[in-house]
Amino acid sequence: MTALQTKTPAIEIRALHKSFGPVEVLKGISLSAHEGEVISILGSSGSGKSTLLRCINMLEAPTAGEIAVNGETIRLKPGKAGLVPADRRQITRIRGKVAMVFQSFNLWSHMTILENLIEGPVHVHGRPRGECIAEAESLLERVGLADKRHAYPARLSGGQQQRAAIARALAMKPDVMLFDEPTSALDPELVGEVLKVMRALAEEGRTMLVVTHEMAFARDVSSRVVFVDRGQILEDGSPAEVFGNPKSKRFRAFISS
Amino acid sequence: MTASYFDLVGFGPEGWGPALATATFITLAVALAGFAGGAVLGGLLAWARIAGGAVIGGLAQAYSTVMRGIPDLLVIYLFYFGGSAVLGRLAALFGHAGFIGVPAFLTGALAIAVVSAAYQGEVFRGAHAAVARGEIEAAIAIGMSRPQILRRILVPLILRYALPGLGNTWQLVLKESALISVIGLVELLRQAQIAAGSTRRPFEFYLTAAALYLLISWVSTRGFALMERRSRRGVGIAI
Repeated sequence: MTALQTKTPAIEIRALHKSFGPVEVLKGISLSAHEGEVISILGSSGSGKSTLLRCINMLEAPTAGEIAVNGETIRLKPGKAGLVPADRRQITRIRGKVAMVFQSFNLWSHMTILENLIEGPVHVHGRPRGECIAEAESLLERVGLADKRHAYPARLSGGQQQRAAIARALAMKPDVMLFDEPTSALDPELVGEVLKVMRALAEEGRTMLVVTHEMAFARDVSSRVVFVDRGQILEDGSPAEVFGNPKSKRFRAFISS
Repeated sequence: MTASYFDLVGFGPEGWGPALATATFITLAVALAGFAGGAVLGGLLAWARIAGGAVIGGLAQAYSTVMRGIPDLLVIYLFYFGGSAVLGRLAALFGHAGFIGVPAFLTGALAIAVVSAAYQGEVFRGAHAAVARGEIEAAIAIGMSRPQILRRILVPLILRYALPGLGNTWQLVLKESALISVIGLVELLRQAQIAAGSTRRPFEFYLTAAALYLLISWVSTRGFALMERRSRRGVGIAI
């Protein structure tokens, strides 16, 4: 990690606070993700881990703090629910580089899988359609869904939908990928096919932040594990350090449960 | 007096066919214009209620309560005579005296628009509530601008849920268009009335008008069913 620290972090979160009304969900979180790091973010329900992830691309408005992507700090201004992006063009550009994979897939139900994949590249990046279709088809090949390109999301299993959603994220050629509990909505037997795709992405050196309950993924695939509890980071280190020698009682209890 | 039914409604020298055809066209045109205007205004009303906050949202709600609560005929009179009164006042300023009629087609279409907007606004609002929040979040997360999200994601999804309700509203609008006859627009009902009066054959003409209304509504029901099927491609809900 020390070697990487000389480079600009892909994501840098500084003193992030988030309250929902009187409830403070994030109590000053600071976290940097460097290029090529795969960070598993663990924590029990309500710990704030999903909120943390959603603040990175401003799906959630933080109450205070700063977020920088590739060294560029997101400009914020006060809004109704917290700090909101002050510069639409900047946030649009940044969101185009930070892709998100959701727990409930969130594929656009009125578009085919292929249309889902090319929507962002064509309409956000403004790239030629033919080129995007060719790329989308090779991405679908990679996630094993080449034969589903003209199917609508509702016709796919959960695992297939999530793989399609990962392909949609990849189609944006993102610098960073955020995964918000990508396997939590899946039947146990479908979890494996999604994790396999994520493992392949990790191995090719992609920068990933993964909020997950999959301990095996955190232990075996990620390069770093962060444990969030009641809005604070209690553990942060390599899987071997964190799982082998946890500093906090909370994490010990968390993994033994 | 003993002309056959087909001579009466046909396109021959004695026939009312051309007049009925024109009147059917006027009915369709005034209903379509009113419905389209109502869709635009209804969309704005729904938007006001969803995103307008307490004051603007409250005003939109009051509008829809009032418009759905008073008779359509009253709205038509209000527009027609109210419009004439305003025009008359204005004309008086320039030295003109007397009654000035406002164009019946325009007034009728406007009256239909303001009333159907109240209904369509409710339809759009309900449809918006049915759209999965996650699909909007995915669009935000991928970096779409607000107009893009509206055009590419929100409107197609809202339409999917709104179409059945819109079909219903269209049927109401079609029937409401007959009320426009009271301010002198020669639409289908008024034309049937004229023909029935001058030939003293009320049954033939009113039944013909009824058949034409049913034809329009049958065709439009088919049209809406087609659009619904198209909008639900891949959703897996058969209707």
